[in-house]
Amino acid sequence: MTTTPTRKKRGTLRAEFGSPERRTAYYMILPALLIILIVAFYPIGYSIYLSFFKATIGNTGNFVGLQNYADMLTNSNFRTGLSNTIIFTVVSVFFEFVIGLAIALAINRAFRGRGLVRAAILVPWAFPTVISAVMWRLMFQDQIGIIQYVASALGVVSEPILADPTLLLLGAILVDVWKTTPFMALLLLAGLQTIPGDVYEAARVDGASVVQRFFRITLPLLKPAILVALLFRTLDAFRIYDLFWVMSSRELESLSTFVYKAVRVSQLNFSVGNAAAVFIFVTAFLIAMFFIKVLGMQTSTEE
Amino acid sequence: MAAASASRSSRGSGLNLALFYVFLIVFVLVSVAPLLWVFKMSIITKSELFASPPTILPRTPTAASYATIFGDPAFQKALINSTIIAGTTTIICLFFGSIAAYAIARLRFRFKSIVMTLILAISFFPPVAIIAPLFIQFRTFGIIDTYLAAIVPDVVFALPLTIWILVSFFKELPRDLEEAAKVDGATTIQAFRKVIVPLAAPGVFTTAILTFIFAWNEFLFANTFLFDADTQPVTVAIPNFATVYTVDYGAQAAAAVMVTMPLVILVLIFQRRIVSGLTAGAVKG
Repeated sequence: MTTTPTRKKRGTLRAEFGSPERRTAYYMILPALLIILIVAFYPIGYSIYLSFFKATIGNTGNFVGLQNYADMLTNSNFRTGLSNTIIFTVVSVFFEFVIGLAIALAINRAFRGRGLVRAAILVPWAFPTVISAVMWRLMFQDQIGIIQYVASALGVVSEPILADPTLLLLGAILVDVWKTTPFMALLLLAGLQTIPGDVYEAARVDGASVVQRFFRITLPLLKPAILVALLFRTLDAFRIYDLFWVMSSRELESLSTFVYKAVRVSQLNFSVGNAAAVFIFVTAFLIAMFFIKVLGMQTSTEE
Repeated sequence: MAAASASRSSRGSGLNLALFYVFLIVFVLVSVAPLLWVFKMSIITKSELFASPPTILPRTPTAASYATIFGDPAFQKALINSTIIAGTTTIICLFFGSIAAYAIARLRFRFKSIVMTLILAISFFPPVAIIAPLFIQFRTFGIIDTYLAAIVPDVVFALPLTIWILVSFFKELPRDLEEAAKVDGATTIQAFRKVIVPLAAPGVFTTAILTFIFAWNEFLFANTFLFDADTQPVTVAIPNFATVYTVDYGAQAAAAVMVTMPLVILVLIFQRRIVSGLTAGAVKG
């Protein structure tokens, strides 16, 4: 891509909007941008504003400063949601990454049956999360569930899985790993395929072992793809809602289910729920910034 | 650029190859087994469902569970609602998305990186963060419990995906044809409509599938803004089925199978395209 020629500051804007091609470009972008600004950025601004008021669904209420955030931090449901969300995010993304990378490395070659493997990758991905939650709940179920049956038969669990908060969280992690590991593998595989084969050939000629090749060539060259995959999965796991909501019949708390209950179901805790919504937004923003600034993830498609 | 590494590891001993295929088979089984198991649950009788130990293969296949859910008008309505919501979202996204993507892929303008950052920011955006203000606003506009309440936020969160994939498709198209069209006196818009759109049809189609799946699977907004069963999509209706058919696990299984069928079929037919669409944005970073 050629870069815009630098001009003197004065007249830059006029030149920018004076050129017909550029004007057309802005006209073409504007509708999409407006939709995004009005329906996503304006509401988040409004959310942040509301979070300083004792707001209800119907009116803004009195200014209370940071009181909503203080109430949020002392709320025991919020704390449960926060710790569940952190455990869920860290554990599931870790396993998805490790297993996904192993799968990507294994299938990065020509072999018979690629189509079948591709289908096996895409089928769990295409499922609506709530439907996979319904399906797995049927399998965890204590009267007819195959997993419950096998786990009890082996003596691993003695109580209904769906009635135990810890087992339920583990179950949710299992479902998430099942559903998104293949997708992780797909993203990493695409990254692997951009590494030219002769790099490995040269390393092999120089006597590098498999382990050395993995740590010295594969990982560094795969870093951009790894960061993108990890960031997307981390943010996705961090806002987990549908899986928890449906699998546990609304009992397993995450940050998002906390917000949902406060804002939509009971509305008694509206202002605290709204503060938690802002908390999720800010945390997600910080996570993204961490990946981009600290880990050096590239965000632009321009080279 | 992608095929270079394929030949690298093709040599390997027979044992290695055997292990490799065992690994593949395990992987494919683990991926697909839950769907097959739930499908089995959907076609067996109630007594077989509760049998202990559970049967591996269905002993007495029956369509009773499917008769139950298709006899339920709420289920049919939910399927129609999902189709309307996901279909409309896809059309709107493709319209605005392809226009914007063309400008990003082909035209030169100063604020491109800011625009791209704003669009990318949406994919990092937790949707739950805006349900409170959106709920208040949708109530003011009186669109709670209408399709619009799900379509509007769905469009916003699907647009970045649409734009991202379309940009990478548009960039791959040869420039010569549009240049030629412009030399012949076509405007930018005409070049886009007459040259790019037909050429990009396969890419646009792939994007349409991905956007449709995204919108079909959406749950949070639908569950927040649609409390009326008349407009609820399947993602909201099916978990509620669990309350209606409390002990009819077969009906729940049948409903889950029916909702995933269209997606599984789409995925099986268009797997190659879907993979290229999904990885298009990610690899380039």
